[in-house]
Parts: sequence; structure tokens; C-alpha cells
Amino acid sequence: MVPGSWFLGLAAILFTIGAVGLLVRRNVLVMFMCVELMLNAVNLTFVTFARMLDDIGGQVVVFFVLVVAAAEVVVGLGIIVAIFRRRHDATADDVFALRG
Amino acid sequence: MDWFVFVVAGALAIAGALGVVLSRNPVHAALMLVMSLLAVAVLFVEQKADFLAAVQVIVYAGAIVVLFLFVIMLIGVDRPESLTVEPLRGQRPFAAFIGVAAFAELFFLVRLQGASGRRASAGSLTSGHESNVERLARPLFTHYLLPFELTSALLVVAVVGAVVLSRRERAVTVDEGEG
Repeated sequence: MVPGSWFLGLAAILFTIGAVGLLVRRNVLVMFMCVELMLNAVNLTFVTFARMLDDIGGQVVVFFVLVVAAAEVVVGLGIIVAIFRRRHDATADDVFALRG
Repeated sequence: MDWFVFVVAGALAIAGALGVVLSRNPVHAALMLVMSLLAVAVLFVEQKADFLAAVQVIVYAGAIVVLFLFVIMLIGVDRPESLTVEPLRGQRPFAAFIGVAAFAELFFLVRLQGASGRRASAGSLTSGHESNVERLARPLFTHYLLPFELTSALLVVAVVGAVVLSRRERAVTVDEGEG
């Protein structure tokens, strides 16, 4: 059995890649995908802790994170579509006002 | 065998994550995201989270990434983005610094602390003869019932919000026609 700390290290790497991508990329959709990567790394951490502590609670938390992530993607993509309808561009630099 | 699965799935997950960040085309980024999510699903299976692995494949790789691809195709942003120009001066080094700092922090936390603290006592992961779905369902519908019901409200709000956001603004013209 692979020790849990290796899984935690892998999750840390995935989280860092997602965070750096969120800071570096300018395309709103790719930034959104990086948020999904970070959420996924956190899910991996929860599942690892559930195994290390022999407790199902961590997996229940992952279940809720999945639901919230799905809702977040629906609303976020709706906002992106609404922005595109007004501005016809995809970079975060163009969105500087709440109402364009 | 465990190590083999871990190394292969972990390498695929990291490669997929790097692909999301480094690919110039959003469609390629979405496909790389699928690869990373599937690799993490394999890691879920390795840690006795069978149901969550299935949900990960169905909801994340199935529904969410397809939604991403729909939006990419719908609004036509599949033209590649240049990664060489730096719009804000000093942003890349600053982002790299933040990344290194965050990784070092998480890594030392893993090395020094490990899994400590009290158990939530929501049920055991290994003892007994129940399946993983049964173990997960029992605390979900007893101890975590109120959060579970709140997620249904959250999903309804999200659906209504998405409909309102993506609706075309025709209400003004309709009112003018009636008046």
C-alpha cells in the first residue's frame, strides 16, 4: 500500500499547478479549468485523509465538494456566456467593470 | 503493483495539469483536463473510494468538461492564445514565486504533520462487510442529512441562475409591443 503522504504530496503538486495556471493564464475559460484542477487536488487530499484515519467522513465531504463544483461551473459558464455576448473577447483584461 | 498504479496515474495527472496550463488552444486544455481527472479517479479507486471514482468520471469528465467544450464551441474562442507575451510586467515571476511558496508550505505541512486530529466518527472505511456505496450512504442520509438537503436547494438556485444569466434580453421589446 502506498503511504498516504505520497498522495498528499501529489495533491500539493496538482494544487500548485492549478494555482499558478490561474494566475498566469488570461483566457477566462482556461482560468476556470485551473480552478477545477485545484478543487480536484483538494478532493484527492480528502480521500487520502479518509483512508489514513479510516473514516468515511472525508469521502462524504468530497461528495459535497463535487455538488458545489457542479453548481459553480454552471453559474460561472453562464456568466462567461453573458460577458461574451456583450464584449466578444475572452481575456480577463477586458472585464474590468461589473456592468459593461 | 500499488506503486506501479500510483506512479503511472500520478504522472498522468501531473502531465494533464501541466497540459491545461501550457496548451495554447482552449479545446486542448479541456481534453488535458479530462486526462487529469481520469487519473485522479484511478487514485480514488486505489484508496477505497469506488463510488467517488465513478462519480468523478460521470460528473467531472462526463458532464463538466462537456459543458466546457459546449461553451468553447458556442462562443467560438477556440483560436489559440499567445503564451509568450506578458500582459502585465512582472506577473509571471510573481506567479512563480507564489506557486513555489504555496507548494513549499503544503509540502512541509505534509512532511511535518501527516494525518492528525480526531476522527469524525462517521463510520469506518474498512471494517465490516458493507460495500463502499453503503458506507457512504449511511452517514450521508443520517448525520449529514441537512447539508444533503441544502445541496438540492443549491442546485435549484444554480439552474435558475444559469437560465437567467444566459437568457437574451427580449423583455424590453415585448413590453414595448404590448404598450
